Amino acid sequence: MPGELSPGSGARPGALRIVLAEDAALLREGLLAILERAGHEVVAAVGDAEALLAFTDATVPDVVITDIRMPPTHTDEGLRAAAELRRRHPDLGVLVLSAYVADAYVAELLESAPGGGIGYLLKDRVGHVREFLDSLARVAAGEMVVDPQVVRSLLGRRRDDGPLASLTDREREVLALMAEGRTNGSIAAELFVSEAAVRKHVGNIFAKLPLDPTSDRRVSAVLAYLRDG
Amino acid sequence: MWAALRGRPWRFLCSSWPWRALAYLAGTVPVALVVAVALFVTVGVGVLTAVLVVGLLVLSAIPIVSSVVAGVERRRMQLLLGRRAPSDGVPWRTRLRALRTMPVAWREVGYTVLLAVVLWVVDAVALGLVAAVPGVLLAAPVLVLLDGPVSMGPWQVDTPAEAWLVVGPGLLLLAAGLYGATLLAAAQASLARILLDPQQARLAEAVAELRRSRVSLVDAFETERRRIERDLHDGAQQRLVALTMTLGRAELEIGPGAGLDLVREAHGQAEAALLELRSTVRGIHPRVLVDHGLDAAVHEIADVSEVPVTVDLRLPGRLPGPVEAAAYFVVSEALTNVVRHATARSVRVHGRIAEDRLVLTVVDDGVGGAVVRAGGGLAGLAVRLEALDGELSVTSPAGGPTEVRATCPVS
Repeated sequence: MPGELSPGSGARPGALRIVLAEDAALLREGLLAILERAGHEVVAAVGDAEALLAFTDATVPDVVITDIRMPPTHTDEGLRAAAELRRRHPDLGVLVLSAYVADAYVAELLESAPGGGIGYLLKDRVGHVREFLDSLARVAAGEMVVDPQVVRSLLGRRRDDGPLASLTDREREVLALMAEGRTNGSIAAELFVSEAAVRKHVGNIFAKLPLDPTSDRRVSAVLAYLRDG
Repeated sequence: MWAALRGRPWRFLCSSWPWRALAYLAGTVPVALVVAVALFVTVGVGVLTAVLVVGLLVLSAIPIVSSVVAGVERRRMQLLLGRRAPSDGVPWRTRLRALRTMPVAWREVGYTVLLAVVLWVVDAVALGLVAAVPGVLLAAPVLVLLDGPVSMGPWQVDTPAEAWLVVGPGLLLLAAGLYGATLLAAAQASLARILLDPQQARLAEAVAELRRSRVSLVDAFETERRRIERDLHDGAQQRLVALTMTLGRAELEIGPGAGLDLVREAHGQAEAALLELRSTVRGIHPRVLVDHGLDAAVHEIADVSEVPVTVDLRLPGRLPGPVEAAAYFVVSEALTNVVRHATARSVRVHGRIAEDRLVLTVVDDGVGGAVVRAGGGLAGLAVRLEALDGELSVTSPAGGPTEVRATCPVS
């Protein structure tokens, strides 16, 4: 598979060094064009997981963007590589692209070693270039971004006996929006309530969920939410 | 063989059938003698020691003897009946291991006794007659020359001329004897077949064969669906995603105005086409089903359903491919019907494995009155499930609720 290494160029503010892994040449070229147009530097564009691991180790980029399904088996090579990379490079941001919603993928991704930012987007989202680039920037900044459609899917399939059973409907709504990476202000706007009310809900969520006190409670709550799928 | 018997005498006599029949009958005698001795010893020892418990144990070995005999006889049967009989008999080793639990094959025991007591005597006499009577008649000219007059019941052959006269009847009798022997052998082999290889077993085998071929047909359809899905996924779908990317880029390049509006419209249309293609692919064979199994795939359709769906599936890992596919399409079709006809507020998909069967129900709270129309989606799925030995039922009283229920073995 093609692996194109380009020499480092003068970094612009906000510009990211990216390794891109996507086996479909058409989509790889499309992503490449979008990223370069946005001023990012794609240090390698590869077509399989093995090359992804090799080039990431060699170039140490800011963010890795990878398709989940790649050769040889076309199942979850990209995901395994992403988990492996997070182990090797704790600060690396990883943005995973998927052709469809598969909750199992999300859970697997979240089970991988904690580290830098992480994202899970549907490929369709890439066409909305600004949103896509925004998500990329947030992953690079260490945030978690989960595709809204995936979040909806997780919301729909919560088990009755999970830890989230103790939450009220409104608290779950707030948590779902937190999982999308929204701030309190943005959640308040979405739900037509005051920011104070959102803070109260968030406090209740933290109190009700069995969270690890040593880590970021907001992230832990979202993880609990996503794992409970 | 019966056909050969009915055919032209000359052709029959020149064929291998008479010889096979003779071989069969001749084989019966030693086999039966060995069996008779074995039975005699077993029964004798068994009865004598019955007072001690050992005897009962010895007697219970009779089914093992008879299953060995049945094995030999099934093989001998092929000499006359051609085609290897399906070995529906229990091998003696198995029988030995499960001595106490396995029901006695009385037909086998019966045949063994019959063989040891009656059949071999009949065969020996018949063989003797076929060999002796025509033999003496044919050999008469030689015998007269060597030993003088030959006595044959009420007649006596004194001279070589008379002896040559009886050669003709001798040939006729030989032919008749061969016919008789073949008839006897055919009858005996048929008896053996009735007792050792009952019709039922052959029917069961035919049914099993039919079922196998039906399953492989379903498999073939499944493989074809997967291929089409792969082609669409790797082809048209990729191109549409790439198209939306290009249009997305174009939107960034074009300044506000009619041009941008048109590109945005095109972008929307491309996304709509992508959505439609995805739903078509889902209808053919969804990728997520292949990769992640029934649970994940059902959740995916539940997510896009217009009526809220509660999914409650507890399945131990992956199920066989055809079962997963059939179950998935049952849910898919049922949900489509709910959206179209039921005016329901909610649907519940429930699935469990019970006694090696997948039991899947889709229940809505709609208006009911649903029927399975011939040629409809559910009717097709019912056929598909039947091929897997499963079942599909729809209960839908007027006023609801409607329950679509599919069961299917998973082993």
